[in-house]
Amino acid sequence: MKIAVCIKRVADSETRVKTAGDGKSLDDAGVKFILNPYDEFAVEEALQRKEKAGAGEVVVLALGGAAAQETIRTALAMGADRGILLQTDTVPADGFVTAQAIAAELKGGGWDLVLFGKMAIDDYNSQVGPMVAELLDLPCVTAVAHLTIEGGTATAEREIEGAVEVVQCSLPAVITADKGINEPRYPALKGIMAAKKKPLEVKPVSLSGGAIEVLAMLPPPARKEGKIVGEGAAAIPALVKLLREEAKVL
Amino acid sequence: MTTVLAVCEQRDGALRKVSSEVVTGARRIADALGGGAEVEALVLGSGPASGADQLGTFGADRVVTLTAAGFGTYAPEGYARAVVDRAKAGAVVVVCAASAQGKDLAPRIAAKLATGLAADVTDVVVEGGALMAIRPVYAGKALLKVKLTGKPAVLSLRPNVFTPVPRPKAGAAQTVAVTIPAGRVTVKGIKAAEAGALDVAEAPIVISGGRGLKEPANFKILEDLAHAFGGRAAVGASRAVVDAGWRPHADQVGQTGKTVSPTLYIAIGISGAIQHLAGMRTSKVIVAINKDKDAPIFKVADYGVVGDLFEIVPALISEIGKLRG
Ligand SMILES: Cc1cc2nc3c(=O)[nH]c(=O)nc-3n(C[C@H](O)[C@H](O)[C@H](O)COP(=O)(O)OP(=O)(O)OC[C@H]3O[C@@H](n4cnc5c(N)ncnc54)[C@H](O)[C@@H]3O)c2cc1C
Ligand SMILES: Nc1ncnc2c1ncn2[C@@H]1O[C@H](COP(=O)(O)O)[C@@H](O)[C@H]1O
Repeated sequence: MKIAVCIKRVADSETRVKTAGDGKSLDDAGVKFILNPYDEFAVEEALQRKEKAGAGEVVVLALGGAAAQETIRTALAMGADRGILLQTDTVPADGFVTAQAIAAELKGGGWDLVLFGKMAIDDYNSQVGPMVAELLDLPCVTAVAHLTIEGGTATAEREIEGAVEVVQCSLPAVITADKGINEPRYPALKGIMAAKKKPLEVKPVSLSGGAIEVLAMLPPPARKEGKIVGEGAAAIPALVKLLREEAKVL
Repeated sequence: MTTVLAVCEQRDGALRKVSSEVVTGARRIADALGGGAEVEALVLGSGPASGADQLGTFGADRVVTLTAAGFGTYAPEGYARAVVDRAKAGAVVVVCAASAQGKDLAPRIAAKLATGLAADVTDVVVEGGALMAIRPVYAGKALLKVKLTGKPAVLSLRPNVFTPVPRPKAGAAQTVAVTIPAGRVTVKGIKAAEAGALDVAEAPIVISGGRGLKEPANFKILEDLAHAFGGRAAVGASRAVVDAGWRPHADQVGQTGKTVSPTLYIAIGISGAIQHLAGMRTSKVIVAINKDKDAPIFKVADYGVVGDLFEIVPALISEIGKLRG
């Protein structure tokens, strides 16, 4: 099994979000960066598939600044074999620009599986995986919460509104991972030491302009000042009255 | 002619509610662009979908149903091909839903059109003839205002945000048979949840419970409350109780669960961690019931009740019951 996993360095969701001086990006002073949680599922899935096949290679690929090497090392510590950093000055807001660069790198690589997270928790784009699939002309199933692979056929379950969709395609394929697909391992000390010696290739890339231009990053609209209606069950008649007459939602 | 394409959604031959939201959003964009831009609602299926004739009411000038043998259930590759063929006939904007299906379909459409996608959009504006979108990022802690320069521009709308506005106009309906294969990715089956159960992502009222419920069996009182709302409410959960195995992941609200935007969100025994807020902060009205008056959930709640949920929820059930007579 030859598997590629695309991973992104993202700001931890606990982070305090402050707009940078340019008015349109994150001020990253003091921000903790992590491997995107959905990409941890993707890395874990790749490792399990390789272990099951008994042979193969897991290559992790990140596009971003030099600091993303740290993210690649995390995946290597989990057990991936080697890493590639497509080094850029900025991470594009347009997922298609990212997808083009990733697809160009992966093209012709003879991958059995190309794995992604279903979504990056910073940009909430949920798009790079299926876009790369289109560019590589591979079948793709997104947001997979359960995956079985038998005889070159992938059967995946994905949550849809009020139900679970069972989807099939043949390999090679692109899969994007949702929570539930597996339980990601923590890198062990041995893995962390080994990761330092694993190959990590840095390739500078230049990106196309794209069709999504960020004009501003704004704070979310402050929710109207709320009120404590009261304490205990005694407050319920007043609450229901407010919901009916003030909020008009009942 | 300038066309805004509204990509609708059906399941089992019936149009889904999110379709009227997509048409409403597309209408808003078309009106803002001016120049007599028209909205074409696009329905894909193996035959006509019930409810398609209603789309005119929400602002579609034309309702086009593209039928193909393999289109009965969602066919990712076939649907993308069909929408793109239609878009290439002169659409300036393609609007999808950021639903489970739309999140899968919209990136494929954008990639086939070699353009970008503004995903999970909560507002649209046109300034100086240019289309702009607002979309939440960083778990809802910030909003990005982006300009869409793609030809066509492709966007997906967060469900439950674009409230359908009926208009007194019927769109001309048209059915076009196309011969497009379903593609290499096929839906083998749909494991439906309990019949009639509403999904948290779509219910107009969501009642979510957290660790404050103490044990799984106590979710019964939330189900009773949902029941009191007469089939309009779904029961959601925090990650803490999903991870504990009390509730299914499908019910989880938040960053690693579903994003919901109901008319009324009631958080019961939930502290209001940032990752939970990420999934419900755009709800229209938020009510919190928590025994800790300093719980962060009260910072986003419109109305809060402090106290023991085991005393408060039964009182709420009976009060709602009274309303409904
Ligand atoms: C990467 C990541 C992703 C995450 N994704 C999600 C997500 O998608 N969704 C999510 O919800 N969380 C998510 N979390 C977890 C989140 O940080 C919180 O841990 C979780 O939301 C807490 O759940 P809770 O509010 O049920 O529990 P707690 O924080 O333990 O809160 C329980 C609350 O119940 C109240 N309570 C207790 N007893 C009573 C009573 N008798 N009456 C009234 N109130 C009572 C308490 O005062 C307390 O406020 C994520 C965390 C991480 C790190
Ligand atoms: N800059 C990046 N480098 C590598 N992989 C990425 C990058 N951005 C996105 N991805 C992958 O695409 C998935 C979806 O991201 P997004 O479309 O940004 O929500 C992520 O979970 C990653 O697997």
